[in-house]
Order: sequence, then structure tokens, then C-alpha cells
Amino acid sequence: MEIEKIYKIIDDMVDNNEGLIPILQKLQDELGYLPINVLKVISEKMHLPYQQVFGVTTFYSQFRLEPQGKNLIQLCDGTACHVRGSKKNIRATEKRLGIKRGETTEDMKFTFEVVYCLGSCALSPTAMINKKIVPKLTPSKILKIIDELS
Amino acid sequence: MNIIIDGRSIRTEEQLTILDIAEREGIHIPTLCYHPALPPQSVCRICLVEVEGEKVLQPACSFKVRDKMVIHTDTPKVLEARRVSLDLIISNHPLDCMTCDIAGNCELQDLAYEFGIKESEFKGRSIEYPIDDTNPFIIRDLNKCILCRRCIRACDEIQNRRVLGVTNRGFETKIIADFDLLLQDSTCEFCGQCVAVCPVGALTPKISTGMGREWEFKKINTVCPYCGVGCRFDLNVKDEKIVKVTSNSENPVNGIALCVKGRFGFDFVNHPDRLKTPLIKRNGKFEETSWDEALDYIVNKFIEIKESKGSDAFAVLSSAKCTNEENYLLQKFTRAVLGTNNIDHCARLCHAPTVTGLVTAFGSGAMTNSIEDIATEAKAYLIIGSNTTEQHPVIGIKIRKAVREGAKLVVADPREIDIAKIAMIHLKQKPGTDVALLNGLMNVIIKEDLWDKEFVEKRTEGFEELKETVSKYEPKIVEETTGVPADDIIRAAEILANNKPASLIYSMGITQHISGHLNVLSCANLQMLLGNMGIPGGGVNPLRGQNNVQGACDLGALPNVYPGYQSVASEGNQNKFEEFWKVKLDKKPGITVVEMMDEAEKGNIKAMYIMGENPMVSDPDVNHVRKCLQSLEFLVVQDIFLSETAKLADVVLPAVSFAEKEGTYTNTERRVQLLGKAINPIGDSKPDWQIICELSTKMGYPMNYNSVKEIMDEIAKVTPIYGGISHERLNTNGIQWPCPDKEHPGTTILHVEKFSRGLGHFSAVDHLPPKELPDDEFPYILTTGRVIYHWHTREMTGRSKGLDKIYPESFVEINPEDASKLNIKDGEIVRVISRRGKVEVKAEVTERTQPGVLFMTFHFAKSNANILTIRALDKVSKIPEFKVCAVKIEKI
Ligand code: SF4
Ligand code: SF4
Ligand code: SF4
Ligand code: FES
Ligand code: FES
Repeated sequence: MEIEKIYKIIDDMVDNNEGLIPILQKLQDELGYLPINVLKVISEKMHLPYQQVFGVTTFYSQFRLEPQGKNLIQLCDGTACHVRGSKKNIRATEKRLGIKRGETTEDMKFTFEVVYCLGSCALSPTAMINKKIVPKLTPSKILKIIDELS
Repeated sequence: MNIIIDGRSIRTEEQLTILDIAEREGIHIPTLCYHPALPPQSVCRICLVEVEGEKVLQPACSFKVRDKMVIHTDTPKVLEARRVSLDLIISNHPLDCMTCDIAGNCELQDLAYEFGIKESEFKGRSIEYPIDDTNPFIIRDLNKCILCRRCIRACDEIQNRRVLGVTNRGFETKIIADFDLLLQDSTCEFCGQCVAVCPVGALTPKISTGMGREWEFKKINTVCPYCGVGCRFDLNVKDEKIVKVTSNSENPVNGIALCVKGRFGFDFVNHPDRLKTPLIKRNGKFEETSWDEALDYIVNKFIEIKESKGSDAFAVLSSAKCTNEENYLLQKFTRAVLGTNNIDHCARLCHAPTVTGLVTAFGSGAMTNSIEDIATEAKAYLIIGSNTTEQHPVIGIKIRKAVREGAKLVVADPREIDIAKIAMIHLKQKPGTDVALLNGLMNVIIKEDLWDKEFVEKRTEGFEELKETVSKYEPKIVEETTGVPADDIIRAAEILANNKPASLIYSMGITQHISGHLNVLSCANLQMLLGNMGIPGGGVNPLRGQNNVQGACDLGALPNVYPGYQSVASEGNQNKFEEFWKVKLDKKPGITVVEMMDEAEKGNIKAMYIMGENPMVSDPDVNHVRKCLQSLEFLVVQDIFLSETAKLADVVLPAVSFAEKEGTYTNTERRVQLLGKAINPIGDSKPDWQIICELSTKMGYPMNYNSVKEIMDEIAKVTPIYGGISHERLNTNGIQWPCPDKEHPGTTILHVEKFSRGLGHFSAVDHLPPKELPDDEFPYILTTGRVIYHWHTREMTGRSKGLDKIYPESFVEINPEDASKLNIKDGEIVRVISRRGKVEVKAEVTERTQPGVLFMTFHFAKSNANILTIRALDKVSKIPEFKVCAVKIEKI
């Protein structure tokens, strides 16, 4: 999207006294993610310190700073999952995809994230893959899923 | 009201926290995220106490007391809760104390000791953070961070920058700068406020790494050697070396705040370039020599010249970097021993019009109010010609805070300076059109009937003339002269008139013009018209540049006045000083800095004695200065480094820095403050006062003082405004002059109820255009200024590793519009040429400067802006017009 259009969205919403979160949501809907220079424009227009806008953006897991890959793999490392061995799954995933948590593969096929508690502790260790919960994860299970999606 | 703590009944007032009272009563409550200089945030839960009637334990650092409250600070429940809180924090903290630089000064270490915790009972999962140490000042090791958020609050509440914040949440929470950037790439300005409050080793000064631990340091409280704000701090010394600067809340002007120069710019003191022995130039080369030989050599020369050419063949430059006592002695030496009034110093180049202008208007040439009342009581500000946040940083942060809390700010400056970003309105006048602008504001104020009639009637004279003159300055007409839209002038005038008290702050943007004296008069006119004089939060407030430029003026390092602004031309004063100094004195006022140079060129001045000044970089048209200094028969320079000026000297005398001497400095708000001696003189160097005494004694006029204290006692006897000042009376707080006698507490605000001269005097003044305006050949205006990271001619900051690294070279600012016309790219080396010389310098293409105007700093001997500037002088104050000359710029 051209920069003018982004400016216009921000201007209109700021003039309408919309809050930071709706503005972030709207721009993420338009752009798919929130590039830093867009956050910068928002900060300046709203007279908010940079760190505050960044802090809010990273506080909510719905916002992303990088474009997302076609598939989103989220492994849980919350307390329950951690105790039941989520580390192994994380390591296996990172190794297979060749990226670290929070990154996206170069071919834009996978984005890999680690989250803390998906609210299904009884099924731990768990994952959320393209918005669907996967229970009782093991390294072989996650590798198989990745292969299927590739 | 009454409360009970641990069974003890205590009388208290409202609005206090449990911690406030416990500390007052000597009841120990451990804390960690709390810091006395910051508002509480209560995140660590180390200070928990039991409050009867509350379901859960409460943090003492923020819980406010109520009448009849019953509090327990040491029940088993409390102790266990605190222990768990601490244990959780320690579980995420690397136990690196053995090698950590701040061990001994770490609050976490102290608490672990207090609670007897060796190792955490929780197994922490730790994320490894890379260490941020790319910038030259601060090492940020977030692995040690305990998330107390003190740094965030310091950056927010003290520095008012809000660079720091938190990202993520839960276990991944961490402190960030801007968008999680390295400090170097963020909007951080390296004030180090965050370093000062960090309780652990997460934020540490880079320069002090490996230099020692807390228990090895000797701490000496003293005054910053840089700007006129006059911040105090503690020098931390180990083995005769300054390793760190720390601040504490007790300092009267700044509390724990400092700027980057004060906090990190001290390493010039121990720099290997320091002059360590006297030098005599023989056959064009400096040779090291003894003090005796050097002083005898000078004495012979001085006596020979005095006998053959007379007293007026001498000229002396004193120093705004030296103490009050030293300035007093040097002017005494000049007047009593050399026999001339030819003494001046760099105040001529910064605030000479302040002295002439404010004396004319009010009767006293100093800042009228105090930093404290300006920062806390003004409802509005007019900042005109002052880059406050860069040049007087700690005053800048206070104004930033006031504006955040609702004060209205009007900035008038040709450049998009930092503080203009938070202004309600920024008037971008063309350089050199300040009188027109100020007259325009007054035109509106009178026309709209917004002036303070009662004040004008009772306290001033000359209003009718002023009214007539400013009636010609209709906003529309002023718009043509200044380039400021008429509507903005009207709006600014209304803001200033409708928000009382308003404080006017100015600096060299007002003074460094051939109209400097008129500009100052105009500032005074405006504030009298608005009735803003003699009240807290008002005033005309020139911010003085050097740490002791106020003092150097006060103590008579000026050609026309004795100490305390007592005119040399008055017979009464002459008699008084003749009697006191027991010597005949000359009644004829001496000549000023720029005139000295001209007279040297003409051969009328034969010898110069320069103490701690560097005219070869700081004065206008330095090619001409070089010629003048070279035509002298004899030049003595006394300094701590071999400056550009010292290189031209016949004899160089090694003096000591601020850290090696005793004495006093007077800051911009007239506060006389005591220095603390931290280390012994380096090499064979000596304090300036001692050098002057020895020289004078050898010249046959004995100066015998056993200590610096005695010099101040002498000053008090002959200087009414310093009459009650003595070293004994000056504790950390200092005293603001006028202080006429030993019982007098000092004066925070001048001209209360009555001006020093009686009635305030309006002077009707007209716009006077700058001497050299752009033409076809030289189509651009060049204006000069400074940056936060450097000081004056960089003799000190250029030898401070961090400051030099962050800002290593000069540049010329050019507006993108002009740059594209000339096809100049950002970062390209260009040539800037005036009628006096040319320099090659890097271009910075930026909107900060307006089309048609170029900006350069004058800090750098290489690409020196003062090769270009003009020697045109203000008729009354003799200040040169540094702020405007005509140049052209070309590609190389
Ligand atoms: S050094 Fe100053 S500006 Fe930079 S982050 Fe720390 S407090 Fe803020
Ligand atoms: S960096 Fe220091 S001051 Fe800031 S939150 Fe961490 S421990 Fe506290
Ligand atoms: S504001 Fe001025 S006095 Fe204060 S630390 Fe900075 S340079 Fe020193
Ligand atoms: S900890 Fe993983 S789902 Fe709750
Ligand atoms: S000191 Fe009170 S909660 Fe941290």
C-alpha cells in the first residue's frame, strides 16, 4: 500500500480520537503486519513516545512486527507444557525450519512462535497450528505436520 | 493525625506514605524499586507491610497513611512475603557479583545479604540478552535487569525524554529503548539519569568499567566545569584519577540530574595531553623549563615593556573557566601591577549586551530570577535565541517538565531547535530580526489592551515613547521583516499576555548581533509591559554560557568596572581601590577583546597575558586573530592544554583543572558555589591563583594569601554584592548575590517591588539590520551555534573519549531546498566561503535550518566557523556579530 494511504488512515483515525489499539488493528488488517516505520508515524501523530507504542504492540500477541509466513506454528512453553517437555518440540522445530522463535522462513512458508499457555494444559504439551490446537505434541508429530504443510 | 507502627504511636501529616514516615522515624523497611527522586511504582514487593484491616499485605513505598492506621513491619508473615519477593527476583539474576563493577553499590546484593539468601529456591529460566555497549557512554546488560523500572521513571520524570519502556509481558518482559533499539540508535541523549538510579549492574558507565569498586572511591562534591547551570556532582576518585561522576539528590540546582557532559565528560582531567611543566619558546620551539625560570623570564619582559612602552601596551584576557578568586586576582594584577584597565574575557563574546542592556533597563545586568521559580511557577515561557535543551540541558529538562504539566511555551528561533518540538508555537524569525519581532509582539499587546497598566504606571518610565515606536510594528509589517506570519505573532502575543507569570529566557541568539544591546532592551521592554518583573515565574533570564562567566563579570574581569560592577571612571571608586590596594590606579576604562586584537595589529598592544581562553578558535575572523597575536612582542598563555592560542605563545604556564583546585564559581542564577578539590595538581602544574600570586610578588607587588578563602574574604570587603559571602558560609546550597552582609540570606529574585535603578526604564528601539546581509556573490546567511556534546572550543570535550567519539567532526546544516538547487548530498564535503576566509566541511541536509540560512557550530579548530564570521561590533557592548554573516557554498 502506498505511504499516502497509510498516512491518511492514521490521520483520519487520530482526528476521530480513536485509541491506539484500534489504529494498530486497522493497519495490521490493511498491511498484514506492523512495520516499525508505520509505528513511528503513529507515535508522532499521536504524540506518544516510541517505546509506548512498541510496548503496546508487543504486549498483545495479535500484533506482529514482521510479515507472517503462510503457515503459523505456535508451540506452547507455558508452565504445564514446559514440565512435559515442550523444549524438545521447540528444538526439533527450530532445527527443521532453520529459524529461531519469532522468525519466518525465507520462502515465507512458515512463521514460528513460542507462546505461553494456550489454555489447554490438560493436553500439554500443546501447539496451535494455523489456529488449530494440536494436543500431546512430540518431536516426530511436529516434524510430520511440518512436512505435510511444506 | 496519629498512626501506630510496630506498637509505636506516631504523629504524622496526610499525603505521606508509610515508607516516608518509617524512614523519618528510623524504622527500617527494605525497598528496591523505590527511589527517593522518583514517584513510586511498587513493582518489586520488597517493602510489604501489614496494615490492619487490609486483606493483603501492602507496599509501604506507595501506601498512604490514614488516621489511626495500625501497621506492622516485622511480623513473620511480612518477613516471609518479602523473602519470597526477593527470591523470585534473584532467581532471574546472574550471580556475577565477583566480577560485577557495581558490587558494593548494588542494592540487590545488599538485600540478599540482609535476607541471608545465597541462592534462589526457584529455578529461574533465563533468556540471554546480548549486551548493548555500542554507544560510548552506557553499558546495558539486561541479563542483570530486575525490572524495577526505575530507569523508565528517571527518563520520564527527570529527563522528560521517555526513551525507555517495557516490551512483551510475563516472563519475556524487558526494558527497551524506543522500538527495542540499541541506545546508540535510539532518541537517547545519554544524560545517564537512568544509570544513576539503576539499583543493580544493568546500567553502568562505560568509562568506569574495571576502574574500581565502590569501597575504593573517595567522593568529592564539586561543581560541573562546563555550563552556567552550575550542577553539582560527586567526583569519584581512586589513586589520583577520576573514575566516575555520581549525583545525589542534595545538589541544589540539579538534584540527581546531569547532562552528558557533566556525567561522562570528565576524562580530560587525566588526559595525557595535560601541560605538566612551564614552556619557553626558543627559536620557534617550546622547551620545558622550571617555574622560576619561566616566571623570571616573564617578569623581565613585562618590566621591560612597562618601562619602555607604558602600561597601556598590555592587554589581559581573564577566564570564565577560572574561579571567582582567580578572576579577582587577575584583574587586581592587571590594574595594580601592570597599571592598565585593559582586561576582558569571553563574556564579551556572549553576554556583553546583557550587562549593558539590563543595567540600562533595570540597573543590574544579571539573570533576574532563579532556575527553581522559573521551572515551577511560570505559566508561560518565551524562549528566544536559546537552544536551551542543548546548551543548558538541565534547565532544558525542567522546562520540558513544566510544559508537560501545562505551561505554555513560545519559542522564537530561526532554527528547528530541539525544544521547538514541544512549543505551542514556533516563530521562525530570520536571523537578526529580533527587535522587529519583539516590537511586533508589543504592538499586539498594546493594541489589544493586554498590558499591565498598574505595573507600567507604578514601576516604570518611558512608556509613551515605547508605545509610539512599537505602534509602527504592525504584525503585517513585521511579517515582511521577520518572515513570521502575522497571525502567529498575534497568537504568541496573546499566549504570553494571558498566561501570567510568563518567563522570558534568552541566550546568544539575542546577544551576538550588532543589535545585541537593542535586542536585550527589547526583551526587558516586553517583560515590563507585561508586568512580569520581580515576581516568581517571571523575569528576563539570560542563560549564561560558561560555568563561571557570571563570576568573571562580577569580579571585574571587564575593562570598565572594578569588582561588583563599580565603574573605573568614577573618582570615588578609584580612591576606594587605590586605598585598599595601596597603589595608584588608572581612571581610563580599558579596551575589549576584539579591540585588543586590533590594537595588537596596529602595534599599540605589545604584550598579552591570556589565562584559560582560546581566542584562536572562539573569536570572530580567526585568520585576523592569528595575525594580531603574531604581531605581539610577547605573549604569555596559561592553560591546561596546549590550545591553538597557546601554540602562538612565548611562554606557556601549566594551570590546573577544576578538579585540582579550591575556590568558587557563580552560576547563571547568581549562585556562588564552593568547589571541592578532588586530586592533586598534575605534573608541575599549579592553580591559576597561585601562579598569579607568584608572578605578582616577583613583579614587586607581593600577593600573600595562605588559602583561597582569604582571597574571598578580601573580595567581600570591596565588592558590595558579595559583601556577605565567605567560604565558611557556603555549604552545598551556595548563596545567590546580592548578599550585602554576613546575616543576609542571598537574593533569589531581583527587582522585587523596586528595580535596582529605581524605576524600570523602557527604551524605544528600532530594528537594526545585520551588518552583512546576503547579496549576489554571497547569497546565504551563516549563523553559528553549538551542540549538546561539545563545549566551546573543545579543549575539554575533544579530550573526553565518549564525547569526541559521539560527535567527532564539524558540519554545515543546509535546507533540502537549497541543497537540491546546488546538488549537494547529505554527508558530502563542501566549501563554505565568506569575505574573510573559507572552510571545507561536511554538509548535513536537514529541515532544521530554513532555506537561505546555513548553520555551523564553532567547536572545531578544523573547519572552524570563525574563519568565516565577521568582526562587526555592537556599538554599545562591543560584542561581535557571530550570528549573521554572508557566505556562499560550493561543491568541491
Ligand atoms: S541516558 Fe537519559 S535519555 Fe538516555 S535512556 Fe537514560 S535517562 Fe533516557
Ligand atoms: S535497567 Fe536497572 S533501573 Fe532499569 S528496570 Fe532494569 S534494573 Fe531497574
Ligand atoms: S547542564 Fe551544564 S552544569 Fe549541568 S551537568 Fe550539564 S554541562 Fe554541567
Ligand atoms: S502451559 Fe501450555 S497450554 Fe497451558
Ligand atoms: S520498593 Fe515498594 S514495591 Fe518496590
